[in-house]
Amino acid sequence: MTDPYYGWWLPPNVSAFGAGVDDLLAIIHWFMLALFVGWSIFIVYCLVRFRARSGHAAVYEPIKAAFSKWLEVGVAVAEGVVLVALAMPAWAAIKNITAETPENPVIIRVVAEQYKWLFHYPGRDGEFGKTGAEFFSDDNPAGLDPDDDAGIDDITVRGLHIPVDRPVITRLNSKDVIHSFKIPVMRVTQDVIPGMEIALWFQANDTGKFQVGCAQLCGLGHYEMKADLVIESPEDFQGWLDEEHGYLGLDDE
Amino acid sequence: MRSTATWGWTMSEAHPELGFWRKYVFSTDHKTIGIQYGISALIFLLFGFCLMMMMRWQLAYPGEAIPLIGALLPDRLVDQGAMLPDFYNQLGAMHGTIMVFMGIVPLAVGAFGNYVVPLQIGAPDMAFPRLNMMSYQAFVIGGVIMLSSFFLPGGAASSGWTSYAPLADIATTGQTFWLVGMIFLIASSLLGALNFIVTIVHLRAEGMTFFRLPFFVWSQLVTAFLLLLAFPALQAAAIFQLMDRLAGTSFFLPSGLVVGGEAVAAVGGGSPLLWQHLFWFLAHPEVYVLILPGMGIIAEVIANNTRKPLWGYRTMVYSLIFLGFMSFCVWAHHMFLTGMGTTMSTFFQITTMIISIPSVIILSCLVISLWGGSIRFTVPMLFALAFLPMFGIGGLTGLPLGLAVPDVYLHDSYYVIGHFHYVVAPGTIFAMFAGIYHWYPKATGRAMNVGLGKLHFWLSFAFMNGIFMPMMFEGMAGVSRRLFDPTVYNTGLGAHGLTLMSSWSAWGLALSQIPFLINFFWSMRKQERAEENPWQATTLEWSTPTPPPHGNFTSPPVVERGPYEYSVPGAPSDFSPQSVKQGV
Repeated sequence: MTDPYYGWWLPPNVSAFGAGVDDLLAIIHWFMLALFVGWSIFIVYCLVRFRARSGHAAVYEPIKAAFSKWLEVGVAVAEGVVLVALAMPAWAAIKNITAETPENPVIIRVVAEQYKWLFHYPGRDGEFGKTGAEFFSDDNPAGLDPDDDAGIDDITVRGLHIPVDRPVITRLNSKDVIHSFKIPVMRVTQDVIPGMEIALWFQANDTGKFQVGCAQLCGLGHYEMKADLVIESPEDFQGWLDEEHGYLGLDDE
Repeated sequence: MRSTATWGWTMSEAHPELGFWRKYVFSTDHKTIGIQYGISALIFLLFGFCLMMMMRWQLAYPGEAIPLIGALLPDRLVDQGAMLPDFYNQLGAMHGTIMVFMGIVPLAVGAFGNYVVPLQIGAPDMAFPRLNMMSYQAFVIGGVIMLSSFFLPGGAASSGWTSYAPLADIATTGQTFWLVGMIFLIASSLLGALNFIVTIVHLRAEGMTFFRLPFFVWSQLVTAFLLLLAFPALQAAAIFQLMDRLAGTSFFLPSGLVVGGEAVAAVGGGSPLLWQHLFWFLAHPEVYVLILPGMGIIAEVIANNTRKPLWGYRTMVYSLIFLGFMSFCVWAHHMFLTGMGTTMSTFFQITTMIISIPSVIILSCLVISLWGGSIRFTVPMLFALAFLPMFGIGGLTGLPLGLAVPDVYLHDSYYVIGHFHYVVAPGTIFAMFAGIYHWYPKATGRAMNVGLGKLHFWLSFAFMNGIFMPMMFEGMAGVSRRLFDPTVYNTGLGAHGLTLMSSWSAWGLALSQIPFLINFFWSMRKQERAEENPWQATTLEWSTPTPPPHGNFTSPPVVERGPYEYSVPGAPSDFSPQSVKQGV
């Protein structure tokens, strides 16, 4: 994607499922606007027609307004429709997606800490090394167990690289406080809670360079807790992985 | 019922005039306490607003020195006059806390509730006058503790008004002050709530049946129940968090935390989500505590200025009770992003949709009440009329947030800020202004200036929308809330024009309050004396002398009819006061 739009409305959507979210947002806002304009017209009409003036008096008897009852029923029905017909299936779809294991996913552990993101790839063996709080250090920000062989080829980086058109499962962890993993262009936000590992998956449908942010107040550096999101073609993604492996000195194996 | 009313009366004979301290400072008179609450709450509101204006400067012009006050602030808060991130977080947390717990609730419940409820039900005072005084004193102590935390070396609480654990558990001493302050504020609200319930149930005048209560009294009754049942959860949570911070417990601390490279010395095994559940179990009913008294005031003002009975009074009362009940069943819609299961989120989405129905009914009844009226555009009525569409926007924008899918995108964005401020700022605060303009003549014996009032209204109306409408668009553009400098992100950079619009409107709103302040103080001395019933209203508070003496009524009122008998066919005037016998 060249020159993405960031302005006064929705940012670009590069999620394979984002169009559904955007449509739902649009439908709900049109519905809200229609209700608001309808009520406003009614209020303004009343204010003009029933303004106090000489020769005009209020009517004691309440209006037997069938229309208002219908309006309320209408609002309730419309809300029901929005809820049942739109939101539930969309939510269920997202949740089922999370529950199912998508085919051929890229699995990435995300470790949040004040005030940076760490992305942990399992490496060529496809297995994450064991981690533990006691192993954390400046040289070992993911807390990898040095005695675990599965961890030798693991890649830990500060930028999120993902391939286009392939499911990505992120496993979200926090070292300290609650953070929130937010990618506006992917239409996802998920709280990252210490003591829990929460899975979130998404799939990009376009390449480009975007941002990951933190959406939950996490301390004084909260505002700058961001990371780059690089969405690449499968070839470029593989190339990047190989390059990272090169840095680990594992090319000869 | 009759016997309690008579019992109330014998008390009024024991209401002699008192000396200065007993009359104005340690008063047990509900009217004085109401005014004490009102003045304190207005000062806190202004202070909370000032904090926000500093934040708006940082958002609009990140890293630039704050004009005028930047140079006066100490170095731990500012760098050469420019705000530091930690100070921004303190301001954010304290703005929310002050506005909610020290501004709106004391104004809506403490001030209007205390002043108006006993008058409207025909009682000489609250049921427990000393408890009432204690409630105000606890509020002042809580407020002083909160504000004093700004002078701590580490500054005030900075973990947001929500104080999410574990961030708040490991924060500086300001958080301890916040928790202790909250314990006092909550105690104050609990004492007040008990007092309101007993007063409304037991001290109604003869003939004042439940369905003759003004809607405002109903709103205070339901609010009191919400406070009574919801606040203990936060009281407990605050004590838990205090223990986590001071006594080494770990209610909210899970095992294995590593903060800044250091392992946290805690037993572990706690859950950060427990805090969120306890907090929102209070804080969602709290939202209705913020809005219901406002709705009550709007109902009074609309009935009075349309000169006709409210449309669907009983429906409104039933909706109010249902709303109060349902408000305990929706709290987890604040937590859709915490990884809860589909079943749970479905449940809370459905309850959230259900709770919108009684709100829509109350708002509809108020709007339909305009039909067939003879509408006077007085200053309180202007604020009441503006409340309707403004609260409408606040309610409608709750819709996408109450549904999990759009919420996943909009959560923790400026859209949320715009949404709840539309409910509370041009919603509740406009209702509060309507109430001040409406009851000021009764409380002071002087009318307020109409020209200044209208100027205040129109400027506030324009600037309120100027502040909060751009936030909706910012949220849609993906800008997160609570960012010291949103331009760090490309979404924030793209929407910076909207930020500027909000900021300048906020400063405009501050200037718009000048006519109000002038009006408020000048009218007390200079305006002409108000009559006993300047608005030609029907409810009991307008049948007392102006201002009402200690003990309120000169003779025990006997209620003859419902609260809003305006334009009754065949009646001698277009209003039939509740306590006046008429040959009908």
